[in-house]
Amino acid sequence: MSNSHRTASGGRIDRTRSVTFTFNGKSYQGCAGDTLASALLANGVHLVARSFKYHRPRGILSAGSEEPSALIQLERGGHTEPNLRATQIELYEGLSAASQNAWPNVNFDVGAVNGLLSKIFVAGFYYKTFMHPQSLWMKLYEPLIRHAAGLGKAPKEPDPDRYDKMHVHCDVLVVGAGPAGLTAALAAARTGARVILADEQNELGGSLLTSGETVDGLPAASWIAKIEAELAACPEIRVLRRTTAAGYYDHNHLTLTERRTDHLPRGAAPHLSRQRLWNVRAKRVVLATGGHERPLVFADNDRPGIMLAGAVRTYVNRYGVTPGKRAVLLTNNDSAYAAALDMQAAGIAIAAIVDVRTAVNGPLAAKARAAGITVLENRAVVATEGGKRLTSVDVMPLAADGGGVVGMARTSIACDLLAMSGGWNPAVHLYSQSTGKLRYDEAAACFVPHKATQALHCAGTCNGRFALPDCLAEGVAAGTEAAREAGFTADAPLPVPRAEADAEEPLRPLWVVPSTQLVGRGSGKHFVDFQNDVTAADVLLASREGYQSVEHLKRYTTMGMGTDQGKTSNVNALAILAQSLSAPIPQVGTTTFRPPYTPVVFGALAGRDVGELADPARVTPMHRWHVENGAVFEDVGQWKRPWYFPRAGESMHDAVNRECRAVRNGVGVLDASTLGKIDIQGPDAAILLNRMYTNAWSKLDVGRCRYGVMCKEEGMVIDDGVTTRLGPNHFLMTTTTSNAAKVLDWLEEYLQTEWPDLRVHLTSVTEHWSTASIAGPKARDVVAALAPDLDLSADAFPFMAMKEAVVAGVPARIFRISFTGELSYEINVPAYHGLRLWTEIMKAGAPHGVTPYGTETMHVLRAEKGYIIVGQETDGTVTPQDLGMDWIVSKQKADFVGKRSFTRQDTSRADRKQLVGLLTQDPTMVLPEGAQITAQAGGTVPIPMLGYVTSSYWSETMGRSIALALIAGGSRMIGQTVHAPLADKNVACAVVKPVFYDPEGVRLHG
Amino acid sequence: MLLIHCPWCGPRDEIEFAYGGEAHRVRPADPSALSDAEWADFLFLRANPKGVHRERWVHAHGCRRWFNVERHTVTHEILRVYPPGAAAEPDAAVAEAQPPQASQQGVRS
Amino acid sequence: MANAVDLPRVGAVARFASAFAVPPDRAGGALTLVEMIPPGQINLRCDGHDPRAARAVGGVLQGLLPVNANTVQSAADVTVLWLGPDEWLILTAPGQEGAVMAQLREALTGLHAAVTDVTGNRALLRLSGPSARETLQKGCTLDLHPRGFRPGQCAQTVLARAGIILHQRDDAPTYDILPRRSFAEYVWLWLSDAMAEYNGRAISG
Ligand SMILES: [Zn+2]
Repeated sequence: MSNSHRTASGGRIDRTRSVTFTFNGKSYQGCAGDTLASALLANGVHLVARSFKYHRPRGILSAGSEEPSALIQLERGGHTEPNLRATQIELYEGLSAASQNAWPNVNFDVGAVNGLLSKIFVAGFYYKTFMHPQSLWMKLYEPLIRHAAGLGKAPKEPDPDRYDKMHVHCDVLVVGAGPAGLTAALAAARTGARVILADEQNELGGSLLTSGETVDGLPAASWIAKIEAELAACPEIRVLRRTTAAGYYDHNHLTLTERRTDHLPRGAAPHLSRQRLWNVRAKRVVLATGGHERPLVFADNDRPGIMLAGAVRTYVNRYGVTPGKRAVLLTNNDSAYAAALDMQAAGIAIAAIVDVRTAVNGPLAAKARAAGITVLENRAVVATEGGKRLTSVDVMPLAADGGGVVGMARTSIACDLLAMSGGWNPAVHLYSQSTGKLRYDEAAACFVPHKATQALHCAGTCNGRFALPDCLAEGVAAGTEAAREAGFTADAPLPVPRAEADAEEPLRPLWVVPSTQLVGRGSGKHFVDFQNDVTAADVLLASREGYQSVEHLKRYTTMGMGTDQGKTSNVNALAILAQSLSAPIPQVGTTTFRPPYTPVVFGALAGRDVGELADPARVTPMHRWHVENGAVFEDVGQWKRPWYFPRAGESMHDAVNRECRAVRNGVGVLDASTLGKIDIQGPDAAILLNRMYTNAWSKLDVGRCRYGVMCKEEGMVIDDGVTTRLGPNHFLMTTTTSNAAKVLDWLEEYLQTEWPDLRVHLTSVTEHWSTASIAGPKARDVVAALAPDLDLSADAFPFMAMKEAVVAGVPARIFRISFTGELSYEINVPAYHGLRLWTEIMKAGAPHGVTPYGTETMHVLRAEKGYIIVGQETDGTVTPQDLGMDWIVSKQKADFVGKRSFTRQDTSRADRKQLVGLLTQDPTMVLPEGAQITAQAGGTVPIPMLGYVTSSYWSETMGRSIALALIAGGSRMIGQTVHAPLADKNVACAVVKPVFYDPEGVRLHG
Repeated sequence: MLLIHCPWCGPRDEIEFAYGGEAHRVRPADPSALSDAEWADFLFLRANPKGVHRERWVHAHGCRRWFNVERHTVTHEILRVYPPGAAAEPDAAVAEAQPPQASQQGVRS
Repeated sequence: MANAVDLPRVGAVARFASAFAVPPDRAGGALTLVEMIPPGQINLRCDGHDPRAARAVGGVLQGLLPVNANTVQSAADVTVLWLGPDEWLILTAPGQEGAVMAQLREALTGLHAAVTDVTGNRALLRLSGPSARETLQKGCTLDLHPRGFRPGQCAQTVLARAGIILHQRDDAPTYDILPRRSFAEYVWLWLSDAMAEYNGRAISG
């Protein structure tokens, strides 16, 4: 395989394994081990993207996850993914990638006209341009910008991949597997501690993969392999490659995203999750996250072919790629000299090293000079030339203070590659997410960890220590200490591996490289944030306009708000801001670092909580029968409840009317298994009920049932249900379906925190019992067939009584209670016999025409009777008195939860919203639930609202519509007419008492 | 995501718990003896300190026991867990807005 | 009248295959998921540190009453799981719960205790095989590493989006998973999906 820009040998790629891929529709060859970026550079492709705002041609800046420019749309269809960094995409056979942000293509981009209009794209552009008028924003500007800018395209099809999560605990989590991370992990793992080592790259080694330095007398690759083998021999080590630590949260909880199959052709491993989100709870964390090189800010510093010096060194050493034939280096520190030497060795002609420092005489500079490299001191690159690729740079001498240039003469140097280094930033992102405090290091001109707030250690470059011997030593120390703090020590401590490093001369900060023109004048652009196209002129303008807090600056200019979160730009931006304010950098400070460190796909966050597993569907023991008999289901909380049971050709309306008629005239059966049930035992059980319900319980006979309402201390209704006395010290409470768990927790809170002296035990039996409610004039006949030994006469088994009996061969509890107003029996059997009970009811009831009915019919029937539903007639602001249920509030009891609040000024107002019934003048008109109620029809806006409709149905029984409503002072408005103003008409309604059917309750007692 | 030591079950993830608001608020023995203002204070007013806060939690998905947690509302550090009924720390004046030192673990109790 | 105890008890995931397995020749070894016939389940509330209660319960349960948090004690036909400082779940052979409850109530007469039949409350799913731990770790925040959770331990916790009681039976490892019955289908589907990575196949039955 031949690549125009591949070295003859070297690198960690496999030259024997050629990989074919396409970029922007054109086919290329790379090697196994390449990234998309290294493979493109090997083919001489630098122009890979267009910038966000100005659509300027952009190349590859970096070699890692900090990449701001080379953003790629990978693959097509359901697999497509935007905003991926070419520097992180591992090459695989058949890979298909495209530039994003370019239309119609990256070489001819219509949007580049934006570059010519750049005067209007200044800082605060969005705020200034699109404030007024608002309608134009939605219609014109917003779609225009979406089309012109936009960062890639989201897939339109469902994601075909699977994702999952893992929850693990460890003693020591080491983030980063460079020299510091490797030694930290080994030092910790040798103690027997549970260690996780995570690194975002496909192989361990970090900066050693670039520098190739010698450790313990071994070449870097051999030393890495040796440490890997030693790690593998440790008892409790887990090494996660291709795994990015994305977030650092409270109590040492970190999330890691592992890319399990992204390096394989799509669909190659369908049984594996594509990505896995690891939730790690670590006793100790070692952050060995390394650092990021800073670009230098000079005019037109964004042309394809301008790269970070350390990145060029990575491409040369790790990937065997020469990103240019003839290079200039621009630096303010010594690290670029090491890059220059390696570049030269790989066959790149070094035109010059341009160093902004006044004099450079360290050992690295000496090596460069000895290699014949020209070092131009006290000079800077002030301009660059080239359209889609760099062709030359202009160099000028600097004034003594670095604030300007000397003279007007420029020296032009032809080159196709400019490697720059503005110094290094420790990657403190995770550290800062952990809420650790930072300190500004003047000498290294960067922020370094200062005071940790969580149980963590920083090691190596992340800690502001850049030299290899320091990284190795800090790694050993951090790993050893972290393990010791977690309770583990090694028999033999890990010796610090030996390494050497050249002494480095001090860096010279030069935050904006001067030129013959002021920044912002002329055509040159000094880019700070390459991804969001924020320039030094934008930062200075924002500062002049008063955006002098770094957080304001960020939002006004959008600096650091791209998908790279400003990894290469933040420090440059805040330093320029500080300079313009004549304030020290620490005073300006940094913006807040937030998760995720790099973007995380939604699929990984969702894991397997998608489709039918998105939320549990709770089902009753009878569910199978409902499904097989065509029930339409309603979601009630997480429960699937039969809504209605349509027969062939029936609409919902038809089915519900038929079900209603069956219950009122014959017999129906409802699956009521979902009601909450709490078993209450203990000598003080009745006392607890007295305190929690508004009514009295002490005198309830064994075997009898009573309806109760619960309020909160504020006096507002929170639940209701029937409670039965099973024995002198034994009750069974039922709750509404959706409040079952809440009520139990609430009772327990009072028992455990307020009244621990009460001897009461509460046990949830919600799911132990399954319940079928048989209702209607013929209910007795059906129950008699199922339980022939039971005396069902009204005297022996009256309304609000409970009996135990064998029903359909199963021991059961039968409650004669009703939510329909009809004669009704609720039969409870253990859940494992629930399906049998139901099928036996259908069998025994067949001669009587037993009709299964769903929640809709239940709602209609109870509304006809004016029975409330908590959560429908109540919303947490409704008292029992508001519901017309004064009768259930005990006047005798000295205290119960809620009682004191009934005499509060607000709860005793006469004009509170109160429950009433509404009958529309047009009996066929069914009001929409939630409709507002007014006193007059029409009038001047705003019309005072008296209240609203809580329930509204067609009542088949009454042959007309009915509604319940909460209306201010409603209890005194019976007989009056009110109005429901709807969108298309006004509906006049009569206010009536909230009971429409059998107000005397004759049928209940039948 | 906090790591909370249930006094009975040990350290568990926050998802197993439910929050119950400020601790050590005792329901008045005779609410009828309270003025409307005093009753409103009991119903609605809660401390919201920047600093150490004592609060109720219940191990909802575990042993269903309620207990008290002393938590720093800035750092989320949990300083102490203790059963209901146990007195708040005698030196309650310690509850200043002083962020504590990095804890050796999420919880010491 | 039919004898209720003899009626077959219907499991909670009967709508689906009753077992799900990874063949033993696959990487990671066999991994099986089955629903057990619902065992007798009794919820016991009493003061375990009251010697009278401990004696009374011990007499009925062959001395079993774990007072250490998160532990399980088992005999041939009874398993007692610690649920809280004064709460236990007693598992019996299917159909035996009635007799055990009667004995417990008798023995605990006069003490503040509650014995409640909760046989229908939960389903019992059994997950076993070398990948069982990793399967659970996909949805459970507990530390299931052998240093953190061993045979004979139990916990009330959360698996995915459902509350469960988890009991490790052996080092296979084998776990008993007891979700609330209404959540059993969800837990079953969730586990089947989490096992798919190991090439699990549903076994009809
Ligand atoms: Zn607990």
